[in-house]
Amino acid sequence: MSVRTGHIAGINGNMLVVDFADFVVQNEVAYALTGKERLKSEVIRVRGKKAELQVYENTEGLKVGDPVEFTGELLAVKLGPGLLTQIFDGLQNPLPEIAEKCGFFLKRGFYIEPLSDKKDWEFTPIAEVNQKVRAGDYLGKVPEGIFDHYIMVPFEMRGEYEVISVAAKGSYKITDNIAELKDSRGQKYNINMIQVWPVKIPIAAYREKLKPEEPLVTKVRIIDTMVPIARGGTYCIPGPFGAGKTVLQQITSRNAEVDIVIIAACGERAGEVVETLKEFPKLIDPRTEKPLIERTIIICNTSSMPVAARESSVYTAVTLAEYYRQMGLNVLLLADSTSRWAQAMREMSGRLEEIPGEEAFPAYLESRIASFYERAGIVRLNNGELGSVTIGGAVSPAGGNFEEPVTQATLKVVGAFLGLSRERSDARRYPSIDVLDSWSKYKSFVDPEQIAYARGLLVKSAEVDQMMKVVGEEGTSLADFIDYLKGEYIDEVYLQQNAYDKVDDATSEDRQKYVFNVLHEILTARLKLRDKDAARSFFHEIRQIFRNWNSAPWESDEFKKLEKSLRKRVAEISDLPITGSGRKDAGESGQEVRNEKDTEEAEDNGDAKENGRDTKDKKTVNKKETKDTARSGPV
Amino acid sequence: MRKVYSRIIQISGDVITVEAKGVANRELAEITTSRGKSLAQVIRLDGDKVYLQVFAGSRGVSTGDEVRFLGHRMQVSFSDDLLGRIFNGSGIPRDNGPALAENVVEIGGPSVNPAKRIIPRKMVRTGIPMIDVFNSLVVSQKLPIFSVAGEPYNELLARIALQAEVDIIILGGMGLKYDDYLYFRDTLEKYGALSRSIFFVHTAADPTVECTMVPDMCLAVAEQFAVTGKAILVLLTDMTNFADSLKEIAITMEQVPSNRGYPGDLYSQLAARYEKAVDFEGSGSITILAVTTMPGDDITHPVPDNTGYITEGQLYLKNGRIEPFGSLSRLKQQVNDKTREDHRTVMNSMIQLYADYKETKEKEAMGFQMTRWDRKLLKYGEMFEKKMMDLSVNIPLEKALDLGWEIMADCFTPQETGIKTEMIEKFWPQGRNEGRDVEEEGEDAEEAGAAEVNDVLEVDSGREGDEIVEEALSDDSVPGPPESADLVTKEVN
Ligand SMILES: Nc1ncnc2c1ncn2[C@@H]1O[C@H](COP(=O)(O)OP(=O)(O)OP(=O)(O)O)[C@@H](O)[C@H]1O
Ligand SMILES: [Mg+2]
Repeated sequence: MSVRTGHIAGINGNMLVVDFADFVVQNEVAYALTGKERLKSEVIRVRGKKAELQVYENTEGLKVGDPVEFTGELLAVKLGPGLLTQIFDGLQNPLPEIAEKCGFFLKRGFYIEPLSDKKDWEFTPIAEVNQKVRAGDYLGKVPEGIFDHYIMVPFEMRGEYEVISVAAKGSYKITDNIAELKDSRGQKYNINMIQVWPVKIPIAAYREKLKPEEPLVTKVRIIDTMVPIARGGTYCIPGPFGAGKTVLQQITSRNAEVDIVIIAACGERAGEVVETLKEFPKLIDPRTEKPLIERTIIICNTSSMPVAARESSVYTAVTLAEYYRQMGLNVLLLADSTSRWAQAMREMSGRLEEIPGEEAFPAYLESRIASFYERAGIVRLNNGELGSVTIGGAVSPAGGNFEEPVTQATLKVVGAFLGLSRERSDARRYPSIDVLDSWSKYKSFVDPEQIAYARGLLVKSAEVDQMMKVVGEEGTSLADFIDYLKGEYIDEVYLQQNAYDKVDDATSEDRQKYVFNVLHEILTARLKLRDKDAARSFFHEIRQIFRNWNSAPWESDEFKKLEKSLRKRVAEISDLPITGSGRKDAGESGQEVRNEKDTEEAEDNGDAKENGRDTKDKKTVNKKETKDTARSGPV
Repeated sequence: MRKVYSRIIQISGDVITVEAKGVANRELAEITTSRGKSLAQVIRLDGDKVYLQVFAGSRGVSTGDEVRFLGHRMQVSFSDDLLGRIFNGSGIPRDNGPALAENVVEIGGPSVNPAKRIIPRKMVRTGIPMIDVFNSLVVSQKLPIFSVAGEPYNELLARIALQAEVDIIILGGMGLKYDDYLYFRDTLEKYGALSRSIFFVHTAADPTVECTMVPDMCLAVAEQFAVTGKAILVLLTDMTNFADSLKEIAITMEQVPSNRGYPGDLYSQLAARYEKAVDFEGSGSITILAVTTMPGDDITHPVPDNTGYITEGQLYLKNGRIEPFGSLSRLKQQVNDKTREDHRTVMNSMIQLYADYKETKEKEAMGFQMTRWDRKLLKYGEMFEKKMMDLSVNIPLEKALDLGWEIMADCFTPQETGIKTEMIEKFWPQGRNEGRDVEEEGEDAEEAGAAEVNDVLEVDSGREGDEIVEEALSDDSVPGPPESADLVTKEVN
């Protein structure tokens, strides 16, 4: 069969206009040939006898008249064992292998197979001869790191097939046939371990898509408790530069309770990927006791890599996610940043001279964003098992202003909105999610009434804070002031979390429930506080204890001891029972006495003194406000 | 000899269109006009129509002028002969020296394979405490200076260039005032650094297109030197002019602007340059320090905004000082734990106290009563600004850390700084109690009481690895309670 060809008629940036003879297929892959180089491209528009192609590479040196070959295939990825632990570019080229061959720099037109056909895999058959199978059904499995990697009936095979044979248990390469199938007309098909799937089409080999309801534990308290995420759900993290989007995604990629994490570094800094790349092989996942890299795939098309491949990188990532979902796994896809993907679309749209929408983004921006997030979901597979893809996308709004097209289009489709605020990151209140601005449609595992109560306090606290800016502390009632302190307290001891503390950086579900319950008791206790100074020093004191508590390993002696001193301190001036509602703690009696004595003294001091330390405390109250004026930033 | 074309069918902005065949995308051409010769680059091909951007501008170009295609893309000569030389944005000497043509390399080459990058780990010492102590510059970092026009950013660049331990300094000037160009030249010359410097300078009087070439010229040369093992510092001033030139060209090409007239690919354009910063494993490195002037001091303006999304932090220059707030080196934590053990402590505590000072200033301005603590902070803030923030201060990191301790000791008691006891014991200047005065004795005794409570808790917590913890928490935690009852007692006695 002869290849369909065409010739370049025009070049504008990474867009080619190509004259063709017979026919072309929308979105088929083509190669522009120059010298020895073959530059991968995709047909994105056809007008008359001219096709417009976006080239996934730099187009320098191409000439009018240069040949173009059409392949008839849509842009696709290869799926099979060996994807995990890899780092690919947006077109699924393994970057470390390119580095081995090309050295420091990427090389245009240099493509490498994503999966190795040299490696042996221990195959165990599952399907039986004469069994009827459909796309996505398991034929056998191979161990891939810590997972059973199922070899499935290719997703593109429609209808029912009969298994003629399955390979015996043993060692095979991905290109070896492991099964033979027959369709209703008797046509036979050889199946190996690789399948090819076009990235822009969702894999749909499942029985039904369910409503995401089960919480996905990220171990980030502010997320899990206040703006939770669900397995198979979607969320976005918009925020101005430096607000902490990437760090939040890095934390999530380490700690989230999912089977597989796919990181799509889309148009951001290469250096950030390197951190993940170098750390993940060393970091041990406490759930599996294996290095984190074993559950990770990185798709890396950073900001200086070709823009069209950046556009495809998010699709590559989500297709890999869907593939592992088909094995009954929970996959989390983190994309940083979807704005760069949207910008890639904008660049192409500009070259096509399409009618621009807002901020020059194409009119189809919204539908593209929507259909991308639609690929998330929790599904019931043909075998009745569940698998999920959860998508979290960072958004980088121009000027940090959420009223821009990408953020707005994203907000319409996601299930949770985790908005980062410059004010919070400047005040180094990390993670800098503004809970009052953010929302989630999903349910938290923490008691909803307690959450509602805390949220109410946060709202009240923010109001009092605003009011105090006008009338000063003097003009604020003690009751209001205490509510203000309580709001700050929730923030300081619960919402904020120290990403660099070994213990605090991840809070398990049980611990969150437990700690939030204690917090609730403190917040609802009837406090006997004489005046504002007393109130302030009291909250500062219990803040310190609570923070130390956050750093104490869950259920350790230290944890119990600190809880006890916390309760004791609160009990002294309130109706809170010393022993918790949930758990009884045994502290040493000597310790108790000492605490008691010291604490009393502190209270006296706190009330009476009008001294340096006290004044210092006062400053914290206004900290946020002043820092904004000082154009502060993280130091 | 390649074919000469003389059918210019369109001139619009600095872009001319000729009819020609067999021309490659991004190829260079030479155009001969009554004003002389200029280079031009192919930016678009449409059938036989070739769109060329004329480096010297289209003024005076006649439809009958000759265009000769050169068969290669924009190149720059690369050899040690470049050292000490000054060129314009087209690579033509501005220093009356000979033109260089050997060993040419194409500019704007492919990007570094992310898999080949390493985690940055070497600090660049600048002698400027606001950088070394508070926002350490790291080899391979890309860091812009955000500033309003009129600030001494070029002086700052020159100083860092002179001080930094790098092999080669490459200066890219874009829209540089002629005076500033001379300033750079003379300053580097005076301190004997010119012989290890290379300049690519586009001045405000030069053609727009040349402005857009400058970063690529600088970075192509930098890359060549870096792979041969040299540590390179690239200074780019001013990237806002670079972006404005892109804008101008995009508008003449009738591209749809995305934001305040800037082209939709501004982010990618800036990133393509900044991402050239790299540390090659087992070889040299490129560190990029750039100036981004902010029109109207507006950080949300598209140029600083897009830049902030690309770079690894920023230095914020205001009123002749590097502001501790608004400035951020995102890579500092990679190096500041390997300098001196008190580095992070001094950094966090001093910034925290300075933040407190700022608040006190505000209170003072609003007419609130100043407490004794406020007065201490005022004293501290003034000393900090004078001895640390002033750009004329030029001391090594270690001296700056010592100075930090001295300033704190001049103003506060150890516990007022909230610094951990072990650090205090080790670094607090001996025999210093200027931070105290007689009336305070009683107060401190009282504090001792309060301190003990917290002490118990502190001890209980037994937290370790607090350095980083402090960093993450420092700004929103009050200068903490005294950490050890021992210490307090000692002070009181
Ligand atoms: N949870 C956190 N704890 C401590 N520091 C943090 C945290 N989040 C962010 N930071 C600080 O803020 C800096 C910037 O964070 P990050 O890189 O995540 O920002 P970003 O929102 O991704 O910015 P950009 O849009 O420019 O990529 C980090 O280098 C770190 O110093
Ligand atoms: Mg980021």
